[in-house]
Amino acid sequence: MNQRIPVTELTSTFRERATGALADQQLRTNFRTAMDSLMQKRADAFPDEDEREGLRELGNRIKARALSQLPDLLEQLEANLTANGVKVHWAETTEEANQIVHSIIEARQGTQVVKGKSMVSEEMEMNEYLADRGIECLESDMGEYIVQLDHEKPSHIIMPAIHKNRHQVARLFHDKLGVDETDDVDELIQIGRRTLRRKFLEADVGVSGVNFAIAETGTLLLVENEGNGRMSTTAPPVHIAVTGIEKVVQNLRDVVPLLSLLTRSALGQPITTYVNMISSPRKPDELDGPEEVHLVLLDNGRSGAFADAQLRQTLNCIRCGACINHCPVYVRVGGHTYGEVYPGPIGKIITPHMVGLQKVPDHPSASSLCGACGEVCPVKIPIPEMLQRLRQENVKSPAEGPKVKDGGAKYSAKERLIWRVWKTLNTSPALYRLFLWGATRFRKLTPSNVGPWTENHTAPVPARRSLHDLARNHLSGNGSAKGGQ
Amino acid sequence: MSARNNILQKLRSGLVGTTPRPDDFDERLVTEPWQYNPDDRIRQLRTQMEAVHTELYQVTSQNWPEKVAEVLAARNLGNLLHAPGTEHGSQLAEYWQSSGQSVELLTYDRPIEEWKDELFWNVDASVTGTLGAIAATGSLVVWPDRMEPRLMSLLPPLHIALLKASEIEDNLYTFMKRNNWSAGMPTNLLLVSGPSKTADIEQVLAFGAHGPKELVVLILEDA
Repeated sequence: MNQRIPVTELTSTFRERATGALADQQLRTNFRTAMDSLMQKRADAFPDEDEREGLRELGNRIKARALSQLPDLLEQLEANLTANGVKVHWAETTEEANQIVHSIIEARQGTQVVKGKSMVSEEMEMNEYLADRGIECLESDMGEYIVQLDHEKPSHIIMPAIHKNRHQVARLFHDKLGVDETDDVDELIQIGRRTLRRKFLEADVGVSGVNFAIAETGTLLLVENEGNGRMSTTAPPVHIAVTGIEKVVQNLRDVVPLLSLLTRSALGQPITTYVNMISSPRKPDELDGPEEVHLVLLDNGRSGAFADAQLRQTLNCIRCGACINHCPVYVRVGGHTYGEVYPGPIGKIITPHMVGLQKVPDHPSASSLCGACGEVCPVKIPIPEMLQRLRQENVKSPAEGPKVKDGGAKYSAKERLIWRVWKTLNTSPALYRLFLWGATRFRKLTPSNVGPWTENHTAPVPARRSLHDLARNHLSGNGSAKGGQ
Repeated sequence: MSARNNILQKLRSGLVGTTPRPDDFDERLVTEPWQYNPDDRIRQLRTQMEAVHTELYQVTSQNWPEKVAEVLAARNLGNLLHAPGTEHGSQLAEYWQSSGQSVELLTYDRPIEEWKDELFWNVDASVTGTLGAIAATGSLVVWPDRMEPRLMSLLPPLHIALLKASEIEDNLYTFMKRNNWSAGMPTNLLLVSGPSKTADIEQVLAFGAHGPKELVVLILEDA
């Protein structure tokens, strides 16, 4: 029952994984189909541009207002939840958060945990942590369940199993659950329903994430379509919600536009099937619901992003995944290439704060800066601007004091020197002319191997005559310019 | 406590010299696009809910129990969970007795722990009241309580919800304001917009993921 679930180890680099993913035609078809459809659904859900832009502006202001008083709101949230009977815990690291969760489960002598969808619990690698301590932690969102069954990680924050098609799921269910192989999606879902319903019944503890934590009323708001979130937060005797510290909003009314932005941006739905607002554990006269409700507030690098006024905007994120769906890089390389919990544009700007740039040095540069992510973001995070800022932090020397965790991961003294020489040449006309004179005469001496460029291109060789030279010649009337190359 | 203090201190040091941003919430943005005249309100609700496979029937506050019996008979179901302690629950029970219905009426009258297995596997349908509905998004507002606990609208494969026509609001914002939710929230408050569903496999929509496979809404007109 309590088998250790091995997790695919990622020892390769982003580039290596990207190369593999690009060559996988099945994977690319699965992603292309899904992303095209998600983009269309979002577009259909916002038929009125003025309405959409007004709402995005409001969403941005609500998050900016919440962040501008974040510590106060967190204290207010804690006070109101505590008054409602919910126990609030704080964790700086994922290790601390796991310890808190484990101790709550241990106090109830729990052995089975059922989990609603939670990206923060993915950050914590809670399943593995608990499995190592003899506690089974089962995913109950259909997509997450499929991914867990195949010992994989989610490839999308909203659609965890989007990289798989129905045939792959059919084969997986056949192999792991011993059921007849069927390609019928309805039947596959019913298999999942029956298997997981037993788990909801047996579970000692339910774990969930939080979409919005409302300070004013001390309420945890969760959105979902399947009902697994309601199950996980209602059926077991204990409910533990885990969330990042940036999820708090000031007032109940603030969630009205955010909710609309979230579901329309994510899936093109006017609303999800369930919006579940939890404010307290079971009261003495009530007949169901958990006897204990806990909230674990996790930092895990968020306060690092918060410290910088520009990078703080990263924390506006409401995890809709629209930037992922619209990213030309993500659709080609897929979610697993990123090698971390959050893929795509949001992953590129949030992950460095969590794990440090040393671990994800390619994240800020794995982008064409096309700007689609920033354009669709429902809370108007200027993602391309964040990427450029992270690129700068990524090449800062230790002396320049990078502002991001493990900044300067790509700092190279050699590269810095080359740019300094380039700058000197280009700001000093005499030196520039001298350089041109030399470059055009000693052109054959350029190296034939210039790093990654020559992996796919022939080495560049300077022309025999410079443009200056040719222009001078042309203007002095010495006939047509001759011989560029 | 140290994690708490460390986090708060780090956040506070990032805000030195700043002031909280003003609350410039513009309620027009969440109300004006979502306003309907009384006739359109039900139409909007119906369109939204039918788009996600919800069945809606307009009945009267007198004859609705007949519709419940009809819905159950069409599906050949054996039992129905109801709440006799509520006004609508007792109305249903009375009708059941007077018309000699064969479908067994069940009651959620004990803590979940005492009948978990039965409730999880053997209840075919439930009928509950609602606090009202939101036309814009096609959502029922469900406020579970002692009489109609949280799992009552979640576990049975068929959920029949009663909605008074007069309690349909245009949008979530006006619903929230009118009912003064910010003054105090119950243990659990739900917006329910259709039967449970998932699109996690190839984005193919499938109904009956973990919650009800079917949602039937009876809109009660005051007779």
